Amino acid sequence: MNGGHDLGGRQGFGSVNAEPESEEPLFHAEWERRIFALTLATGMLGQWNIDESRHARERQHPADYLKHSYYENWLVGLEKLLAEKDLVARIEQDAQCFRVPDAAAARQILRTGGPTRLPDLTQPRFRSGDRVRVARCQRAGHTRAPTYVQGAGGTVVDHYGTHIYPDQNAAGQRAGEHLYCVRFEGTELWGSESSSQSVYVDLWEPYLEEIS
Amino acid sequence: MSHDHDHTDPPSDLELRVKALESLLLEKGLVKQDALNAIIETYEHQVGPKNGAHVVAKAWSDLSFKQALLADATATVADLGYVGRQGEHLTVVENTSDIHNLVVCTLCSCYPWTLLGLPPVWYKSAPYRARAVSEPRAVLSEFGTVLPEHTDIRVWDSTSEMRYLVLPERPAGTGGWRESQLQALVTRNSMIGVELLRHREEVK
Repeated sequence: MNGGHDLGGRQGFGSVNAEPESEEPLFHAEWERRIFALTLATGMLGQWNIDESRHARERQHPADYLKHSYYENWLVGLEKLLAEKDLVARIEQDAQCFRVPDAAAARQILRTGGPTRLPDLTQPRFRSGDRVRVARCQRAGHTRAPTYVQGAGGTVVDHYGTHIYPDQNAAGQRAGEHLYCVRFEGTELWGSESSSQSVYVDLWEPYLEEIS
Repeated sequence: MSHDHDHTDPPSDLELRVKALESLLLEKGLVKQDALNAIIETYEHQVGPKNGAHVVAKAWSDLSFKQALLADATATVADLGYVGRQGEHLTVVENTSDIHNLVVCTLCSCYPWTLLGLPPVWYKSAPYRARAVSEPRAVLSEFGTVLPEHTDIRVWDSTSEMRYLVLPERPAGTGGWRESQLQALVTRNSMIGVELLRHREEVK
């Protein structure tokens, strides 16, 4: 879905207005610190994956997504996942139904992370140097093919092997697809004034079509 | 403009919503207080841009480390102990006199946590996410970074679980500096690619 989150190339947002690096706090309010920790801790229950949590934040009216601050969107996403997965009712019925991490377990999970590389079960369709075009995609579900590259032609510069495919993972189905890094010339994406700049985008095989 | 929302001055109902949610989750046993504290402590005190600065200073000081880093960043920084969430798969891209790299996540906020910690507000903001890919020179100039017209600007949009770190150019005038001295020169912003590093006499 190309909701409010799909921002690449959009206009009208004004300047970046970065806080100086040396002056910026890690969190700007106590509630941000709390929702950050709550989101990670509940994620450790293993009841949803990272693509489901991204999709939960994206599934908002675009005006709401853009109006909210960053951590407000995290709060919206977490409230949605807790309700959809019915976690409160489930633990009320069975207090032992989740393995709830303590401090040591939480630290271990942060150190382990969530690698997405899977064994290669198929041959990659593309290799470095191949010319490809990003297919148009107007499905309702989660995708990591940004709108600004859809329909554009680029060149494969790297093959990262088989990785968990977000479009299916967000629907709770874990499957692997080959992942490539594709280079797009600025002129292809933005017009003739955008020379000497290019964009590199990681794209899964189902997003790509061969340019013959 | 949207930047009014970048620095959140929350309405009290937002604070209350988070407080209510935390109370509920603690009361039901879905989270544990000591786990919440451990998560916060990890990102406030352990994982941060000093990790990335260590990697960069080492790459400047040790050619074989730099070659290994550019060939397989994930394994190379794991040897230094930098492993974990949002750093499971890493690629390091090198700035040179002709090539300048810049990292963004247009779809959300993907960022190499194991090397840089949590992303700054501006990295997650709509203006940066929208414009870094389409007008990188204008964005860079807002950080005071003006590059020659012929510089090849490469923007890395973090759409997969691959995380990107920029290896900035070593500042001139730092020959003979020790790794620890070099490390103090490396800013977080230079490893995202929004600024160039200069030789700052005061950190020597």
